[in-house]
Amino acid sequence: MNNSLATSGNSGPKIRSDCEVVLELRNEGGVIIDLKSKVEVLYGESIKKQCLELFNYFGIRDAFLKIVDSGALPFVIASRMEAAIKQLTGTKLDFLPEFIDGNGYSTDRGNLRLSRLYLPGNTPSMMINAGLHHADGIILDLEDSVAPEKKDEARILVRNALRQVNFYGAERMVRINQGERGLKDLECVIPHNVNLVLIPKCEDPLEVKNIENKILEIKQQHGLTNPVHLMPIVETALGVEMSYMIARSSETIAAMAIGLEDLTADMGISRSVEGWETFYARTRIINAAKAAGIQPIDSVFADVGDMETLRQNVQSSKRLGFEGMGCIHPRQIPVIREGYGPTAGEIEKSRNIVLAFEDSRMKGLGVVALGTKMIDAPVVARAQKTIDLAIRLGLISTDWINDIQSEVK
Amino acid sequence: MSIHTVINAAGRAVPAEINGKTATPFMGVGKHKPYGNKYGPVIPACSDFPEDGNKVVPTLEEALLRCGIRDGMTISTHHHLRDGDLISNRVFEIASVMGVKDLVWFPSASFPCNDPVIRYLEDGTINRIEGSMNGPLGRFVSEGRMKGTAVLRSHGGRVQAIQDGEVRIDIAVLAAPTADSFGNAKGTGGKSACGVLGYAKADSMYADKVIVVTDNLVDLPCFPMEIEGNYVDYVVVVDKIGIPEKIVSGTTQVTKSPDRLLIAELTAVFIEKSGILNDNVTMQAGAGGTSLAIAVFLHEMLKKKGWKSKFGFGGSTKYMVEMLEQGQMNYILDAQAFDLDSVISVGRNANHIPYSVFNAYNYHSKGNLTSMMDIMILGATEVDLNFNGNVVTHSDGYLLHGIGGWQNCLHAKNVILPLPLFRDRIPVIVDEVTTLCGPGELIDVIITERGIAINPLRQDLIESVRNSGLPLKTIHELKEEAEKICGKPSKATFEDKIVAAVKWVDGTVIDVVRKIKH
Repeated sequence: MNNSLATSGNSGPKIRSDCEVVLELRNEGGVIIDLKSKVEVLYGESIKKQCLELFNYFGIRDAFLKIVDSGALPFVIASRMEAAIKQLTGTKLDFLPEFIDGNGYSTDRGNLRLSRLYLPGNTPSMMINAGLHHADGIILDLEDSVAPEKKDEARILVRNALRQVNFYGAERMVRINQGERGLKDLECVIPHNVNLVLIPKCEDPLEVKNIENKILEIKQQHGLTNPVHLMPIVETALGVEMSYMIARSSETIAAMAIGLEDLTADMGISRSVEGWETFYARTRIINAAKAAGIQPIDSVFADVGDMETLRQNVQSSKRLGFEGMGCIHPRQIPVIREGYGPTAGEIEKSRNIVLAFEDSRMKGLGVVALGTKMIDAPVVARAQKTIDLAIRLGLISTDWINDIQSEVK
Repeated sequence: MSIHTVINAAGRAVPAEINGKTATPFMGVGKHKPYGNKYGPVIPACSDFPEDGNKVVPTLEEALLRCGIRDGMTISTHHHLRDGDLISNRVFEIASVMGVKDLVWFPSASFPCNDPVIRYLEDGTINRIEGSMNGPLGRFVSEGRMKGTAVLRSHGGRVQAIQDGEVRIDIAVLAAPTADSFGNAKGTGGKSACGVLGYAKADSMYADKVIVVTDNLVDLPCFPMEIEGNYVDYVVVVDKIGIPEKIVSGTTQVTKSPDRLLIAELTAVFIEKSGILNDNVTMQAGAGGTSLAIAVFLHEMLKKKGWKSKFGFGGSTKYMVEMLEQGQMNYILDAQAFDLDSVISVGRNANHIPYSVFNAYNYHSKGNLTSMMDIMILGATEVDLNFNGNVVTHSDGYLLHGIGGWQNCLHAKNVILPLPLFRDRIPVIVDEVTTLCGPGELIDVIITERGIAINPLRQDLIESVRNSGLPLKTIHELKEEAEKICGKPSKATFEDKIVAAVKWVDGTVIDVVRKIKH
């Protein structure tokens, strides 16, 4: 192995919006750049200029750089360069591209998390337009979707994406790795406005605590004020049994998810479409989450071509009590949003209940009745929750009561 | 050698002479008024043709010889066999063996399967191509390696050039999926069915000599005939005129790209909210994945509202055929069938009607179908701040696409271009298009995944969606947004040498393509 040679990024006929960088440090001869780019006529000069800027920043004067570019955006080129330079020099310096306007928003703990789109952390082409698909959250994944030898470069790419890619208001989430690597991931990404951190294969409340402390430390160090919520993912039999403890382990936990691929693997069983084999695990997670006052989130549905089964899956998931599901393809988002949202019938029924309640209250009546049916407090509370969700999803207007009254007039 | 150029009405420097012939610079949309009479081919005498009506000759070589093929002639072919065409290349292979030089190839379009003609451009058999060029052929021309200057025309512009005599076809070689020995021919039937032969009709009527080449000879009459035997000199029967699986794309596919689907969905919503979708709407969309997705969304909308489209204009696809068969479209008027479903449909459904380019696109016709269309979905490689469009070159300056019916279709009532804001890193909206193919005054709406820009000339459209909640932006805002993400691109650089002229629908020169500088 040649210690003076480093490679990062990807190239090949199917690769888009990425580049592969091969870097060799030398002792003399200055910097030589060999660029092969799909966009050479339009951006050849600007790519070379960017590379020189990075060499300059990292104090590299003599090197041979080969880039095969398939239309990578500047934040991608910068991260590929930095990854290669770090491999060779071990520098602690970071080259941070501009933090664009509009990426500094924060989210509430009670944010809707019906749909969260997973993006492989080392695939820039999938990041660029991800925010356009109206998922509640975007998950930049550093864990299972990144090959072990690509983990370091993915971390830098994700950091740059957090600074430069506009996710148009979606909650900015990162799934970190397990253990020590996960803590390193935090150091790299937290300073760049992460709204929520997903903790994979969680089975120990202490682990959550460690991560919470680490985040707190980074926040203090960088003077960060936006909240960073946590979402542990339970993916083992032990995790399932520990789920209530996990859910209660930190005030910063906003939701808890279940990961059924890993769970069934851990239990040595295979995953079916109906999912009876994980019924206990799922209901246990839901109950633990509800008891702790956080959102229970269901596992992803793997067949991106089968929207009908996904729809059925979401319906049964919603009936059990889950409040959202991960997505692995943008086309799953509308199906999931629609599925977890209230149906037209549910909205109609809830509207009538809330209206009847308001009517009784105005008249000073103690008992609420809808037709011949008496309605008690929990029913009204549930109806109000349905109405709130419908408003948040834009299914009815915030001013729906007045709208109805003016319709009647 | 310096080229004498003039500035045309679009502000582009264009030559006053192309391939030794005087050229009229673009004067503005609808400004050029032709005079005189239409061109006529030589008058034949029926007594020169066999009384039994059998015009079959043994080989294409013999037919070409009998047509008197010689240096400098213009030879036309059509593109209905698309990427499966086995005939066009064969013509030049024969000519090359015969030692014929300086031919002008006048195809209605070319495909990757025509790349081998580069050999005949190199050996001098062909002087130039007057027609669309893609891929390696476009590259060859852009690098200045073709002897003559290419002339790019729209489908309608091609008919215009034939009718006013700007292009005189000496020999038309027309591949026909089915023909009889008299030369009557059609696009359906046989093993090489392509559906319709709409773009071959003008060639048959105006060429001095016409050869029909078929692999499916039927007894007279070949009916319904799209090419009429009274125009045909010779019929040649060969084993195969094309490769069936490459003639039609089998099935055209709706895009699977989530980003393109997003653009398609936004386009459909725009069409609905702006009110341009209505009962009896007329529309046309291409065979690209995004256009097909739009067609599917529009079909759903028509169904939901209980509306019907009065007619759709093809290139037909299975998605248009579905509208026809499920009752959301009364007729398909068709100039070319893009996939197997539409080839089958045109053969069996009386309401799927082959429709000539004379009635649809031609500047010398007394009116055109395109100006009657309500909704027109088109593509582009670039659009500039004045809504001018480019379809023939990429931003890197290389000639890579033909015009097709694009320029003709710009005359529709609402011209909508659904486009990604950038492709990989290349912004689609630029300060000024690399090559001007269509004036901005005819392009109404640009729909990207990051917002919709409506041409300020269309205040009515702007007004119609003002409160729709759609992401309306100015074209400047869209351009800035792309450049913020991609960086500002450099411009391609060119040498002075003109490698291709781009004609407007009326035959005037709207722009030129120059040789790439290395």
